[in-house]
Amino acid sequence: MNFDFSDDLKMLREQARKFLAGRCSRQVVRKVFEGGAGYDSELWAEIARMGWLGTAIPEAYGGSGVGYDGVCVLAEELGYVLAPVPFSSSIYLAAEAILIAGSEAQKQKLLPPMTDGSRIGTFALAEGLGNPHPEHIKAKVASGRLTGTKMPVPDGEIAHFAVVAARDETDDIGLYVVELSGQGVARTRLKGIDPARNQAKIVFDGAPAERLEGARGYAVIGELIDRAAILMAFEQVGGAQACLDMAKAYAMDRYAFGRPIAAFQAIKHKLADVYVAIELARSNAYYGAWAIAAGAAELPVAGAAARVAATDAFHLASKENIQTHGGIGFTWEADCHFYYRRSKLLAASIGSAPYWKDRLIAALERRNAP
Amino acid sequence: MDFHDTPEEAQFRAEVRRFLEDNATRKSTTETAHRGRYIPDANMTQSLARAKEWQAKKADAGFAAITWPKKWGGRGGSPIEQVIYNQEEANYAVPRGVFEIGLGMCIPTMMAYATSEQLERHVRPALRGEDVWCQLFSEPTAGSDLAGLRTRAERSGDDWIVNGQKIWTSGAHFADFGIIVTRTDPNVPKHQGLTFFFLSMKSPGIEVRRIKQISGTSNFNEVFFTDVRVPDSQRLGKVGDGWKVSLTTLMNERLAVGDAPGPDFDDIFALTRSLELDEGPAIRNPAVREKLADWYVKTVGLKYTKFRTMTALSRGQTPGPEASITKLVSASKLQEIASCGIDLMGMSGGVMDGEIAPMEAWFQEALLYAPGMRIAGGSDEILRNIIAERVLGMPGDIRPDKDVPFRELKSGKR
Repeated sequence: MNFDFSDDLKMLREQARKFLAGRCSRQVVRKVFEGGAGYDSELWAEIARMGWLGTAIPEAYGGSGVGYDGVCVLAEELGYVLAPVPFSSSIYLAAEAILIAGSEAQKQKLLPPMTDGSRIGTFALAEGLGNPHPEHIKAKVASGRLTGTKMPVPDGEIAHFAVVAARDETDDIGLYVVELSGQGVARTRLKGIDPARNQAKIVFDGAPAERLEGARGYAVIGELIDRAAILMAFEQVGGAQACLDMAKAYAMDRYAFGRPIAAFQAIKHKLADVYVAIELARSNAYYGAWAIAAGAAELPVAGAAARVAATDAFHLASKENIQTHGGIGFTWEADCHFYYRRSKLLAASIGSAPYWKDRLIAALERRNAP
Repeated sequence: MDFHDTPEEAQFRAEVRRFLEDNATRKSTTETAHRGRYIPDANMTQSLARAKEWQAKKADAGFAAITWPKKWGGRGGSPIEQVIYNQEEANYAVPRGVFEIGLGMCIPTMMAYATSEQLERHVRPALRGEDVWCQLFSEPTAGSDLAGLRTRAERSGDDWIVNGQKIWTSGAHFADFGIIVTRTDPNVPKHQGLTFFFLSMKSPGIEVRRIKQISGTSNFNEVFFTDVRVPDSQRLGKVGDGWKVSLTTLMNERLAVGDAPGPDFDDIFALTRSLELDEGPAIRNPAVREKLADWYVKTVGLKYTKFRTMTALSRGQTPGPEASITKLVSASKLQEIASCGIDLMGMSGGVMDGEIAPMEAWFQEALLYAPGMRIAGGSDEILRNIIAERVLGMPGDIRPDKDVPFRELKSGKR
């Protein structure tokens, strides 16, 4: 039994933790949160220089080929500090879509500038309210031109290009690479629940679109979000752990009725429940890390389970962190709300908890077909 | 990451499988007889004999106590080997529920405190199932607050005279020996006045009465002590050190307590696929699907948490605090699953008759014993305290009784 990350990856985790603790304090997060830049471009460049962006991208395309378990380790640390960078959009989603569905030539062309951070990608799936579903995809490509509206597009204003889910002339669903600064693209910022992360509405009106050659049918989107679910689960577990650490630290220092509030069972039992939720989510995420690194057939079940457990754990941890802080917890100046907002933003992206619970049971029904 | 054994572990696993294949019956997937955790009342003598016979076989093959030293009949093996054995044995229909407390809690306490002559006399017979042990800790007024116990032991020459009552004692009705913690000095604060002994359950003055539980079964007992003589030579630890000795036992209990047995995710999943609601199979109902998903992630979350523990053991490390969450999560999950399973049966959910109740009324049975799972071996509340204090490092509770002599403590009507 070897159900743990390798020593090399643990070392990577330590390095990432140390770097981010020094470089990405919550003051840094607040600056993006209040400033409206959408991300910290210098932090992004530093992360790129350390090679993090190419962790799961093969060397042939400019990456390091360390593997998906490496991305898991980094995602957890980025989640812990709420790093204001488009890591999930560009790496879990856009780069992953290209790796899954791109031709060799497309990979050669598109991936190297993503691994060095010079180009940011994103994934444009949603067209308004609703969870991922083929019927919600109305955007259309005809003669290599994309028309339609995508919103919300995560990091839509800061990305250089998007991988867009759209239908072709035969109504088949495909993935298309579209330059976002080119003709026929109009981007507007959407007011978001978490201003430390950018979200946009993008109107395409005859924008040039290049199909990822392997993307035929909706199934590729399912595969993409199953994989992203695992990577994002680590980000969520990291965020949840930060909430528990914050809540405990506050409770140990806050005195009421002559004792630290951490000595009262109302607080102890609350945080014990948060701890349990995080450990169950962490174990599910670990199994996801194994499934994605091993390319296991279990991946749809593992991805959905990791997603469900991590989404619920982060939401629980973030709300109980505010509750533990009491009045100060719901002020703008305290940082608790950063996590509360991020937990719900991550819960919404790639589909919310009820959708993933249904998806998990559907995957189990397929696996255990009578 | 992988789930493979090391070559040494694989070799050990193969050896275990050979032993089990030669000596036990593999469970069939439809088998339900293994569900019961305790010996059925109706044929107790027969079940006990079967359990003893199996235990002797296990001991003779060196699998009864894998981590114990060889000189006591153990294997001198590693914790990971014990885990591997348990995993494999779980696939076989073998008697369970008789020796766990003795070998998991009583004998380890003896090993820490008894003389070598006493160990010579008691360890091997316990290991081979010749002697059954029980643990006499809880009392009517001392449950979670164990140190508030009142059973008195008073010195009389070379003996101690024990008077009082214990409760929730599993297996006392067929045990040969027991470990007991008593109050020997009521004039000092509660933790300081305790003393620990082992005794023969055949001693004159011991009366065992069965307790009938909600479920109608009797897995526990009340044990009454009237002028029971215990030689001072059977004292474990110093006079007044009983609390310290008890902690040795309880630490072993935390390691021994595991999943709550009963219908789990696979069973409720199967039930929702077979039962029809108005709109079709229950599993098509969104509310049902959401609950199923929650139970699935808890079930596999615990399973993979055990994998993490095994990994630590396999590397010779001490497992992390993860182990403390198993019972807390699984007992509540059992209660929810049982309740939901019954809800799905609609107007017939309240029927336990095999003619109607699916799976031989397993869900109804589980509903009735689930409350006990949330209490026995550390209640939900105590487990949350343990997690908060020992894992998260939060402060202990306020203890107004800490420095007060025991005899001055307030007591309620319950």
